[in-house]
Amino acid sequence: MALSKKTKEAFLGPLSLNNPVLVQILGICSALAVTVQLKPALVMGISVTIIVALSNVVISLMRNTIPMRIRIIVQLVVVAALVTIVSEVLKAFAYDVAMQLSVYLGLIITNCILMGRLEAFAMTNNAFDSLLDGLGNGFGYAWILVVVAFVRELFGSGKLLGYQIIPDSWYVANGGFYENCGMMLMPAMALILVGCIIWAHRAITDGKENK
Amino acid sequence: MEKFYQLWKKFGKNFEQGGKLEKLSSFYDAFDTFLFTPSTTAKRYGAQIHDGSDSKRTMILVVMALVPALLFGMYNVGYQHLLATGQLAEGLTCALFWKAFAFGLLAVLPLIIVSYAVGLGIEFVVAQIKKEEVAEGFLVTGFIIPLIVPINTPLWMVGVATAFAVIFAKEVFGGTGYNVFNVALITRAFLFFAYPSHMTGDSVFVRTSGTWGWDGGQAVVDGFSGATPLGQLATSADASLLPMGFWDAMNGLYPGSVGETCVWAILLGAGLLICTGVASWKTMLSIVATAAVTAVLFNRFGPETAVANYPWYMQLLSGGFLFGTVFMATDPVTSARTECGKWIYGALIGFMVIVIRVLNPGYPEGMMLAILLGNAFAPLIDWCVVRANINKRMKREAAL
Repeated sequence: MALSKKTKEAFLGPLSLNNPVLVQILGICSALAVTVQLKPALVMGISVTIIVALSNVVISLMRNTIPMRIRIIVQLVVVAALVTIVSEVLKAFAYDVAMQLSVYLGLIITNCILMGRLEAFAMTNNAFDSLLDGLGNGFGYAWILVVVAFVRELFGSGKLLGYQIIPDSWYVANGGFYENCGMMLMPAMALILVGCIIWAHRAITDGKENK
Repeated sequence: MEKFYQLWKKFGKNFEQGGKLEKLSSFYDAFDTFLFTPSTTAKRYGAQIHDGSDSKRTMILVVMALVPALLFGMYNVGYQHLLATGQLAEGLTCALFWKAFAFGLLAVLPLIIVSYAVGLGIEFVVAQIKKEEVAEGFLVTGFIIPLIVPINTPLWMVGVATAFAVIFAKEVFGGTGYNVFNVALITRAFLFFAYPSHMTGDSVFVRTSGTWGWDGGQAVVDGFSGATPLGQLATSADASLLPMGFWDAMNGLYPGSVGETCVWAILLGAGLLICTGVASWKTMLSIVATAAVTAVLFNRFGPETAVANYPWYMQLLSGGFLFGTVFMATDPVTSARTECGKWIYGALIGFMVIVIRVLNPGYPEGMMLAILLGNAFAPLIDWCVVRANINKRMKREAAL
């Protein structure tokens, strides 16, 4: 089955040229909050991807029966149900990470990317395209989180996924010269890092997203 | 000035082609451009621009004003080292004086080199990318950075912080003249928040170990603490503690960031800056006056803590207050630009610095945060002043 150009675009666009974080500047708050370490960022990225994809499909299937005047409420109910399921699953099987994510897991409901995709895409497209669009946006969001969390955990705590990367003997406390950068643990630095990624992204794509 | 200029030009003849000192002509040229270029001056009569001063000349004047503080800072670094290792027990001799200075020179010079190398390196790269001339903006910043950090700050941290500040506080805003915050202070703020254990505490302000292996391994004398006066105040349980006297503060032979301790050296610089009109005396006066009033109020009505009871004139002479007032709050780019705004801007800083010192024991010194806050408010202050003026004139127009 050859995919139409539009279908491909639904999946590939959000990864770079129409990235929800880099280009549409959506979902910034959670990107700042959960990226101190790589593990919660990965879990957050996967959770959001699953929720966007599934809610996109559900709304897309229902799109012809939803009355226009109450569509936001219907969308919210669908998203809220999915978020609850995901957070219960996480609490059951990955309790530590769920605790680290704390309120931000529940706040996926208010993640701008979700409502944005439902309104802009799922309401007007078929279920398969919506699924791809949801996955694309989810991954587009997730890779930013992973990059930011990678830098923050590596330079802020000297670890990756909880494993010590920077040798212990480098630290000043052990007679070395190195010290972790406390700024990396602050949300301000996440904002600056996201800014840097946007900067690099703009420099590479050079305004292609507007064409 | 005219006489000096004539002398200078006569001196310069030596450097011309075939002159005695031809080989050194680039040195003469450098100083000539620093001091006298552009040399076009106004005609004697009629309306005209008084002085062709450009940013290069302004910058070099500030650097000159900073030299006394730097020289004294170097000496103090060595002096504190000798004091801590008990080498001054017999009193200060001529040999020890020079040893102190040489030690300080060796300790401070790497800081200056790192700050200039990193900052100018980035400036050159950015200028190359943007295809612009290299701006002079970093001359002063690079000179101030070594003066406002503790002497024991690791060099790579200074490098990282300088790079961060130049890129994120200056270049992303458009380069020299467009920055919202003072770049040197952002460097310090980055160090402060990223590596707090190397920026505060008792072990960072006095170098007890050797410098490049020289004079290391000396035993520290009994009772040595290494705390700055403000650091002692912040942690003191004794509400009447007075860590130093008036003349101690004036002479500046106490632990602190490299260039901030000696009041005489800073006043010399302030004199030069005010005489040449480079820095605004209004900003300085406003900061000092407001801080004095705030400190007096805390003296009288404040909580029963050592900092609140610290006499108001000592508050003004301690820590980085004067250095910040003279050299950083007056930065023409980041301070308020309207004349009335300068008073408000100064008042905000003067008030905040004492409030931070007294009410937040986590920050023994509040000058850095106070000035950064002032920087953030400066555009708003200017906007209000300009609006108020417009409204006033509109009313006057309407009345006519």
